[in-house]
Amino acid sequence: RKGALGKLGSRSRMEAPELSIERNTPGSGGGGSINRAVELTGDLRRLQESVEQLDAGQLQTNVQQLALSVQSITDKLQATLSLLCAAPAAPAPNSSAGTAVPGQVSATSTPAGVAVRSRINKMSAEVVDSNPYSRLMALQRMGIVKDYERIRDKTVAIVGMGGVGSVAAEMLTRCGIGRLLMYDYDKVELANMNRLFFRPEQCGMTKTDAAAQTLSGINPDVELESYTMNITTVQGFEAFMASLVDATTGQSRVDLVLSCVDNFEARITINQVCLELEQVWMESGVSEDAVSGHIQLLIPGETACFSCVPPLVVASGIDERTLKREGVCAASLPTTMGITAGLLVQNALKHMLDFGHVSRYLGYNALKDFFPTMEIKPNVTCSNSHCVALQGVVMLRKQTPEAVAAARAKLEEELRVEAEVPVHDTNDWGIQVMPEPAETSSIPQGDSSTEKGMGQQLAAGLEFSMPAQQAVSAATLQAEGVGEIETGVDDLMAQLSALNRK
Amino acid sequence: MAESFDAGTRERVQKLALMRCNAGPRDKGAWETRLKEELTALIQYIQLNKETDMDWFTIEPRNGGLGWAGKCWYIHNLIKYEFDFQFEIPATYPLTAPEIELPELEGKTAKMYRGGKICLTIHFKPLWAKNSPHFGIAHALCLGLAPWLAAEVPYMVEAGVIAPKV
Repeated sequence: RKGALGKLGSRSRMEAPELSIERNTPGSGGGGSINRAVELTGDLRRLQESVEQLDAGQLQTNVQQLALSVQSITDKLQATLSLLCAAPAAPAPNSSAGTAVPGQVSATSTPAGVAVRSRINKMSAEVVDSNPYSRLMALQRMGIVKDYERIRDKTVAIVGMGGVGSVAAEMLTRCGIGRLLMYDYDKVELANMNRLFFRPEQCGMTKTDAAAQTLSGINPDVELESYTMNITTVQGFEAFMASLVDATTGQSRVDLVLSCVDNFEARITINQVCLELEQVWMESGVSEDAVSGHIQLLIPGETACFSCVPPLVVASGIDERTLKREGVCAASLPTTMGITAGLLVQNALKHMLDFGHVSRYLGYNALKDFFPTMEIKPNVTCSNSHCVALQGVVMLRKQTPEAVAAARAKLEEELRVEAEVPVHDTNDWGIQVMPEPAETSSIPQGDSSTEKGMGQQLAAGLEFSMPAQQAVSAATLQAEGVGEIETGVDDLMAQLSALNRK
Repeated sequence: MAESFDAGTRERVQKLALMRCNAGPRDKGAWETRLKEELTALIQYIQLNKETDMDWFTIEPRNGGLGWAGKCWYIHNLIKYEFDFQFEIPATYPLTAPEIELPELEGKTAKMYRGGKICLTIHFKPLWAKNSPHFGIAHALCLGLAPWLAAEVPYMVEAGVIAPKV
């Protein structure tokens, strides 16, 4: 219907794009309607942008008229789509837990992906071109995964939808994950175009909305939840924790949290939330120079938490003056980010579907093609009290008769698989393998034992790498610390106010 | 910004009282003690500034100390440039430092993130991490905001993107 927007105030600088909605003429075919639907979505977005440029004075009237037009367009869009699919394409649920951006016309349409296929209730292993899961289900016949369809029951939370997070989300979506929770407060920008996933026409959208749009189109079977929020504030922290928890049981409702953020503060926040929820999570990171990346598995109480091992510059006592870096913008490559996301999701799949070896730490050095792996045990003197408490809990849990029996059974199973083929036919030298001595308690990383008198004994030739001297010793604190305060909070606030006025 | 803190900053920060109570905004009871320590240190810092004729900011708590806001200024070529600033206390404070914002300057310099969050020198975070949890808001202002103003205001004035408030 042309001219639906022609009545908008003449003072507005908006040019009303022509929106003519054709009927499905016979013979135009399903493909034509899909293109029309895509075009309409594009028009909707351009409309939204145009609205944002309107004069403030006219805004109210324009908004109302626009809302009406948008509603009628949305209705027609859904009508068109329902003609194509058995089930109508459901727009991605958008549960923003953060504050809404003022001035944004959210109207009645959240950007919805145009689903090209209808939803599938049960994964089929049938090998036909029309089965999106055929190649995944084939993993079963290959003997790699048992019961691949379990992935439909899994929920993964991805914090950070940047270069690594968005790619990870796409990978999990294409694998048919049951539910994805996506967190980011940023918007798509042209500066992001050097990485995978987001497209230029999505610039200006929030990363969570853009991701939901793309992913719902790729696989409508995945439940998507978008959270446009900053998790590091007190409010955000609580909202983040609440979103991960099942309201009825009070326990976490996600199987895995993937940290794909780019700063220390967010990682510490995720670490804290996961410790409090006893939630297994994986952390990923890419260096500022774009040529290395890593992934880590963190099991509260069992592996090191993110606070167990202090940042390198603190532990090694490097004088921060030696750090040389001009400018504020980190470099990134789509290759490194794609590889890191791939390693992350691969590890996540192995963990969730119980196949292969789940690496506790896997690094990637692009310049040398070096992939170091290691395990980091928890720090018994970790500065985070939750971590220390959980270490005790996990240790006790491992010592219960059931746990010991289960561990022995697992070991026997592994040995049985190994022993099926003899490694050597002869043993001329009579070599025997002796059983390993029982494991003693773990050696903590970064322990300032001399200061704290922990009394951890090290074998000859080893020493702790953490400087024994803490930056602020007890003596310094006594001398330079703020003393006992008698005054109340309100009085102090009043004093501060008084100073501000003088 | 690759140089370390100048002698004046280093001398000033040593006069600031260290925090003793390791508590963040989520530690119900202990947070009040920490809040009192923060306020005390800030009061001392401002008084010190006034005594030495180096008064450069005002600050007030909001929302029970979960957020803070104030004004800061910098004098360049005998002209005073004043800006509003604000920040929230992160949930994992004091392990993580607050991110100070100057919303009115967003986009005027590259040394700034979205929302007007100032980009701190490469030295700030390691120094904070080394001294955590004994650094507080006063230290964040002294080591974070002050050097940023000293570096960025002259640059922005030369570039013509800011003007003094009349």
